[in-house]
Amino acid sequence: MMNKQAGEGPAAVHARGLTVRRGTGRTPRTVIADIAFDVPRGRITGLLGPSGCGKSTLLRAIVGTQAHVTGTLDVLGRPAGHPDLRSRIGYVTQAPSVYDDLTVRQNLDYFAAILDPGRAAAARRADAVDRAITDVDLTARAGALAGNLSGGQRSRVSLAVALLGTPELLVLDEPTVGLDPVLRRDLWNLFHAIAATRGATILVSSHVMDEAERCHDLLLMREGRILAQDTPDALRARTHCATVEEGFLRLVDEADTLAAQEQTR
Amino acid sequence: MNAARTAATAARVLRQLRHDPRSIALMVLVPVLMLTLLRFVFDGSPRTFDSIGASLLGIFPLITMFLVTSIATLRERTSGTLERLLAMPLGKGDLIAGYALAFGAVAVVQSLLATGLALWALGLDVVGSPWLLLLVALLDALLGTALGLFVSAFAASEFQAVQFMPAVIFPQLLLCGLFAARSTMHPVLEGISDVLPMSYAVDGMTQVLTHTDMTADFVRDVVIVAACAVLVLALGAATLRRRTP
Repeated sequence: MMNKQAGEGPAAVHARGLTVRRGTGRTPRTVIADIAFDVPRGRITGLLGPSGCGKSTLLRAIVGTQAHVTGTLDVLGRPAGHPDLRSRIGYVTQAPSVYDDLTVRQNLDYFAAILDPGRAAAARRADAVDRAITDVDLTARAGALAGNLSGGQRSRVSLAVALLGTPELLVLDEPTVGLDPVLRRDLWNLFHAIAATRGATILVSSHVMDEAERCHDLLLMREGRILAQDTPDALRARTHCATVEEGFLRLVDEADTLAAQEQTR
Repeated sequence: MNAARTAATAARVLRQLRHDPRSIALMVLVPVLMLTLLRFVFDGSPRTFDSIGASLLGIFPLITMFLVTSIATLRERTSGTLERLLAMPLGKGDLIAGYALAFGAVAVVQSLLATGLALWALGLDVVGSPWLLLLVALLDALLGTALGLFVSAFAASEFQAVQFMPAVIFPQLLLCGLFAARSTMHPVLEGISDVLPMSYAVDGMTQVLTHTDMTADFVRDVVIVAACAVLVLALGAATLRRRTP
């Protein structure tokens, strides 16, 4: 389970000509239009862009819970949605998806039993649950009902579920929304520790641009398209900006003027 | 299907229920109270209490389990836990069987109490074996679970889910032979009642009420109710989609 050539070898996620349409009506909306990107293994890749730009849809497509996906989308060497991938990917949805009428530990016990079923695995499961609770710093609240926790604590329970079973790829949809600065820093430290010690690939979405600085690689997204894929340093250098946020805005402006020129032509 | 995952799911559903003692109390006590009420409503005509009481022993578990399951699975759909579970290596059959097992266990407790009270405290006069009453009650509970699971796919909120109760259950209640013998209904209605599963649930109860042995009709009723439950459970499984549109 140790670091498998971080950032080398085949990409954890490989997309070419990826298009996603949503809606069941007569006119399905194209939410993601013909995009291509690679998420390198063993690194933290940030998927950044404004709300409603298609981040969650893209993450669902990678996890395999999104319908109407066309083009090439390979995850850990398999087509997205392959049954073999279900135990190899940890996924945290935007809203914390845990049972409010179970305690933190009962929630984790159940999901652990789904990932690693059987009486023979009971000891291994108990260890995994303990470790996940410690990872998200909820040991003191392990016996509390999830419904009685604060918003930040509930999203950490949701994250702990995704950490069970040591997934090779962690897909996190805005895991730090609504958290206080201290907690946000702690979570980012945890993400880095997971990537470094377990060799896991982390794909994390956010609409808060200052979080971009904490990622190894960035995918900047806008209106269903990938605006740029680069490291934070390279992006700042290329756009001659001091922060990723300014760089992103400059790329948006450039794209807009380019589109306007094409229209007037 | 995986037995360990099914058992884990059933245990989880029961654990959720345990944190909600008021719901358990309502599920278990309401049928008992209603039967007691009915006994004294028909104080002057114990024969009527026999026939209606026996039918209700089958109808209570169906209605309770329908309501409980439709709300529970709707919550599972809206809270995102269903999406999470289906992104994990959990079979749809495991999830559905887990729910059926957990609510089946609650139905056993509910039916034991209601049947026991009706037979020994309220003087319900049944010719056949009480175990057969219990069997029909259990199958009815399973049918209720199946129907609840199925309709929850068409409800976007708890408001809608509760409204499905009168829409799905009431017509069956009116046509099942509880209020008027099915043979005396308008022929069209009689034809409709022939294809509604609750008619057979109530008929099965009546068979136990009036016959000492298992009759051929009783076996037919039980098989039809069980088959309907399995069919609707399978339809319910088809409504659990791994992919969001």
